[in-house]
Amino acid sequence: MRVSFALNGRMEEIDVEPRRTLADALREDLGQTGTHLGCEHGVCGACTVMVDGRPTRACLMFAVQVDGCSVTTVEGLQSDDGKLHALQTAFSECHGLQCGFCTPGMLISAMDLLHREVEPSRERIREEMSGNICRCTGYMGIVDAVEQAAKQLNALNSTTEPPAGKTD
Amino acid sequence: MKSAPFDYVKVDSVQDCVAALAAADGDGKILAGGQSFAPVLAMRLARPRLVVDVNGIPGLAAISVDDGRIGLGALVRHVDLLEQPHSPLLAEVAGWIGHAAIRSRGTTGGSIAHADPSAELPVVAALLDARMSVVGPGGTRVVAAGDLFEDALQTTLEDDEMIVHVDMPNPQAWGFAELSRRHGDFGMITVITALVEDQWRVCIGGVAGVPFRALESEQILADGPLDADRIREAARSAAAAVEVSSDLHASATYRRAMAEEFTLRALRQATTPTMKGVA
Repeated sequence: MRVSFALNGRMEEIDVEPRRTLADALREDLGQTGTHLGCEHGVCGACTVMVDGRPTRACLMFAVQVDGCSVTTVEGLQSDDGKLHALQTAFSECHGLQCGFCTPGMLISAMDLLHREVEPSRERIREEMSGNICRCTGYMGIVDAVEQAAKQLNALNSTTEPPAGKTD
Repeated sequence: MKSAPFDYVKVDSVQDCVAALAAADGDGKILAGGQSFAPVLAMRLARPRLVVDVNGIPGLAAISVDDGRIGLGALVRHVDLLEQPHSPLLAEVAGWIGHAAIRSRGTTGGSIAHADPSAELPVVAALLDARMSVVGPGGTRVVAAGDLFEDALQTTLEDDEMIVHVDMPNPQAWGFAELSRRHGDFGMITVITALVEDQWRVCIGGVAGVPFRALESEQILADGPLDADRIREAARSAAAAVEVSSDLHASATYRRAMAEEFTLRALRQATTPTMKGVA
């Protein structure tokens, strides 16, 4: 079946079997191997991507289902000039990864959390990141990284000039 | 782990869904959120010839509130329940379902039709005696939760029927307590209590093939003022009534002790004025 969707802002069109998962389509048909596959049944979180702005397990969705959707993977996090997203920098600086296998899913889940909550506590970060399993870091570095990225993004927002005419 | 091959059809009406299922003659399955169904396919526990994707059917994602009742379209996602302002109980429950990435896809109708005895929404449905509107080739019928759940993962739905809407009372007060080893895991014990039309109800998930209504506890709660002793007695009664068994995760003794403790916690949450279950 033919499927067309936006992947990291670019339209893609592929021809897939109905049973092809989104994760396999991204990796095998589109060569975007940043999305990793661990358990292939929705437990490990490594394949988490954004579909229409919501975090989604790419192994639990079939590629035919994203026809007309917008998909963001870890490849879409950096800016056009190659500068890493604040989360990626923070994961690197805080030792939020070792082998890196879980990191693409971690980054997407963390990005979703920071979209919804401006200043999550360490407890909230642990709770929200619990759908992503890491076997290297012991999670401390991951919690540190999400906390640091939240601070950096908030600092960026607070230095942005408010729109003219707004006084409060 | 890859699914066996299947034919895929995306339908845009309930009638088309039911017709496709009927034509598949028992060899078709509905794909809604896919958060339980996709793993079932991946592990080849099911190999349907036809998968009918209902995600494109318009009008099934609405949440409506009317005269103390709340109505949920079959395609209301768990994240929608989490974010809606009408039912604090449903918002609390939704937060305990899986993880954010599961909640963005999983649906109300799918969770109830899947009938996992450890899942949260079947417990809510049984507790509030939700009424499911079910469409089949012969038309629409309304099935009460008590008549829907047969056993673990078994319902009275026919192969060519689809839940399209769920209707339940919005409780006056409620309590929720779940025991799970890690955030987002299926509950080992899930206890939900609610005050509906001035009657207390208690329902326990994870202890039997279907959510267990603790009717004796409910009677104890109805018999007099809700002081600490009565709440303890109701919790003891619920724990004595559940059928528990030992397995890899916990012994029967532990499960029974936890059924009592978590019933106690749910009831306290529902009756202590400073807690969130009290309106």
